[in-house]
Amino acid sequence: MSDAPRIRMEGISKRYGAAFALRDVEFVAMSGEIHALMGENGAGKSTLVRVLSGAVPADAGVMQIDGVAYHPRSPHDARDQGIRAVHQEFSLVPQLSVAENLLLGELPTLAPGIVDWATAHREASQSLAALGFEGIDTHLRVDHLGVSQRQMVEIAKALRGTPRVVILDEPSAVLSNKELERLFAVLRAFRQDGGTVVYVSHRLDEVLRISDRITVLKDGERVGTVETAAVGEQELIRMMVGRPLNEIYPARRRPPVSELLTLHGLSGPGFHEVDLALGTGEVVGLFGLVGAGRTELARAIFGAAGLSSGRMSLDGQPYRPRSPADALRAGVAMLGEERGRDGLVMPASVLDNLTLASFGQLSRFGVLRRREQKEAASGQVEGLDIRPPVLGRTVRMLSGGNQQKVVFGKWLIRGARVQILDEPTRGVDVATKVQIYQIIADLADHGLAILLISSDLPEIIGMSDRIIVMRHGRVAGEVPASEATEERLLTIASGVVGMAA
Amino acid sequence: MSGPGSTASSPGMRGSEDLPTGPASLSSHLKSRLGSRGWLDLALPVVFLVLLVFAAVSSDTFLTENNISNLLRQIVINGLLSLGMLVVILSGGIDLSVGAVVALSAILVGVLMESVPMPVAILLAISASAVVGLVNGGIIARFKIAPFIMTLGTLSAVRGLVYVISETPVVYDDPAFLSIGSAEIGPVPIITLLMIAAFVLMSFFLNRTTPGRAIIAIGGNEEAVRLAGINVRLNTTLAYVICSTLAGIAGVVLASRVGISQPSVAAGYELDAIAACVIGGAILGGGGGSVRGTFAGVLVLGLISNLLNMYNVQAYYQQIFKGVLIVLAVLARRKER
Repeated sequence: MSDAPRIRMEGISKRYGAAFALRDVEFVAMSGEIHALMGENGAGKSTLVRVLSGAVPADAGVMQIDGVAYHPRSPHDARDQGIRAVHQEFSLVPQLSVAENLLLGELPTLAPGIVDWATAHREASQSLAALGFEGIDTHLRVDHLGVSQRQMVEIAKALRGTPRVVILDEPSAVLSNKELERLFAVLRAFRQDGGTVVYVSHRLDEVLRISDRITVLKDGERVGTVETAAVGEQELIRMMVGRPLNEIYPARRRPPVSELLTLHGLSGPGFHEVDLALGTGEVVGLFGLVGAGRTELARAIFGAAGLSSGRMSLDGQPYRPRSPADALRAGVAMLGEERGRDGLVMPASVLDNLTLASFGQLSRFGVLRRREQKEAASGQVEGLDIRPPVLGRTVRMLSGGNQQKVVFGKWLIRGARVQILDEPTRGVDVATKVQIYQIIADLADHGLAILLISSDLPEIIGMSDRIIVMRHGRVAGEVPASEATEERLLTIASGVVGMAA
Repeated sequence: MSGPGSTASSPGMRGSEDLPTGPASLSSHLKSRLGSRGWLDLALPVVFLVLLVFAAVSSDTFLTENNISNLLRQIVINGLLSLGMLVVILSGGIDLSVGAVVALSAILVGVLMESVPMPVAILLAISASAVVGLVNGGIIARFKIAPFIMTLGTLSAVRGLVYVISETPVVYDDPAFLSIGSAEIGPVPIITLLMIAAFVLMSFFLNRTTPGRAIIAIGGNEEAVRLAGINVRLNTTLAYVICSTLAGIAGVVLASRVGISQPSVAAGYELDAIAACVIGGAILGGGGGSVRGTFAGVLVLGLISNLLNMYNVQAYYQQIFKGVLIVLAVLARRKER
């Protein structure tokens, strides 16, 4: 190890609107180190990585690479300085071949402007083989590859040349166990050569196996940095969530379940022949990897997307909503996965956003009853502790957690029998999460049927009574909460072992 | 002028109605008002007053009854058009066809009066205008056509239709019809009162009714509104119908005020309407704008052209002046983001 650390980030702060994504964060990684970055969704991992890789500028703070001041102006600039990032969203050009993607910007030429394809494919094959990724044909277009192969091309691309730092953002999400082993071997070899790996993940087992040190972020602040060898799983959880796990998920009364919503062979764009039953007072988790069709299914139940075949019944009656308005009239509501896109009118006030779905109940002959509107909204502002408690404040000015509370409040005012929740805690702080979990538990205890979609494994296991796992648009298995483990759900979701429950 | 309780308060979304829910939040309430947009709320009235004082001091014709009454009439057409344009802008769209619709109404009412009684003719002319809005809004909402393109199409089509209806100017000599434009109650022209009534009604519509709130919300995030169970198509269409209907009313007013309608009348009026909205704080694409601001925009624009006319400034210079003002207004508001 050289004396100056490979990466030194100090006092890094980044704000989005009123909310701090990062607050005075320090991050130091050495050469020849695999340094894991952990934290819950919304803890600031991705933002920190984006600052490091030049994708977004920090508002404050200094960065050094190998003791030299480092101010990346763009991801491209960072690349040129040997900082490579592999993000969750792929950066490959789908229409180009594997070889072109790997050598993008440095294609060998016979004469100026004339590509030397033979050399290009040989070089590309060599890069892949050096990492043990032999099975990929460099002539194939990237959009013809599977996701895990794309991920490997992406990693090979990042490791080309002599990068000083490689950043991997949740690399395991799309990899099988075998592929993951392969990746770990590659990373260890890279470390051997003095490279630095920043490994972003929320999966404890992985991080404990591969990393040398771990930095934990929470709510945009650094909780601490620990030696992996000296830390246990329980301790890491406590660092990430700030309290022992068993205090996060509320106890439930679990009233007797009677069937409310049933789907029979439901098919549509993104999902096929889904059978599913949802009972009163029940929280049913819906898990799956990205692209498994969970959101598409939820939108179809809510009448926001079309169906091609199959049928639904609600409380014994045929149910076929043609619009969200239809679904709401029948008592089916959905909290969408992205509050900025699906849930909030950003330039509108808290008052308008809270009552948007209830205009009908709060008006007479199209004229809003101001007093009732304000009473309903104030009730939620108080009940959910929305801050600041100002009805006229535009929601754009609120923090992410408070924005999400506004979305929740909107559906609480409207009221429903079936409440679909698509990623209800995405990008909110832990305190708000705990509050939201309590609300979900209360709703179920009051007899609502809850369909909870979440990519957050501890959350879906902690909150659900049973968990339905989707893969490639189909139901791949169902697991009772008591038997659910992260590993089991991921196994079913990725179909690696094919042990559908 | 900008008290929180005034009924004509802005229906726009930004900092429009900070309603404290408890006594403790009063200070944050005040801070958010003054901090975010407060000074800009005041800027326009101040500009207006400065212009007014300047006009009164520098010219002895400005404060004459004749000129004031003239000014009050001059702003009516743009006032009505801007009000309709505001609704469409709040919904996230734009309507380029309003000038053509003014011409349609201004010509049609005369042609119809040859065969039907005046009130019927007026009603039919305004209804025909509303149909243009129905076509605009219906197609924009149903087929997701860019409002700019759609209304550019109707601008051309409706203007063509006007020439088809009458290639020659329509002259109005019915004194009853002409009196609409000239009659006064006390010192105030009736058409000015009509415009003010339209502003008050619109303020109520945008602040207090569900379609009004829905239209504003659609401009902020159409998808969220749809997922909240609100009929987005219906409300979007309504915005264009309101806009065209107001343009139809403006056409009738224009015909009766001037007494003659060329088929080329009101060309380019849509730009003045957009200008008044933007000067008044409206954000093209939705997400901001207010009745009060638009009213101020109309007054300032009207006053400026009245002043420049008084000093015999050529129309070309007036255009330059207006253009600069629009850009300045937008630049001033850009800082608050």
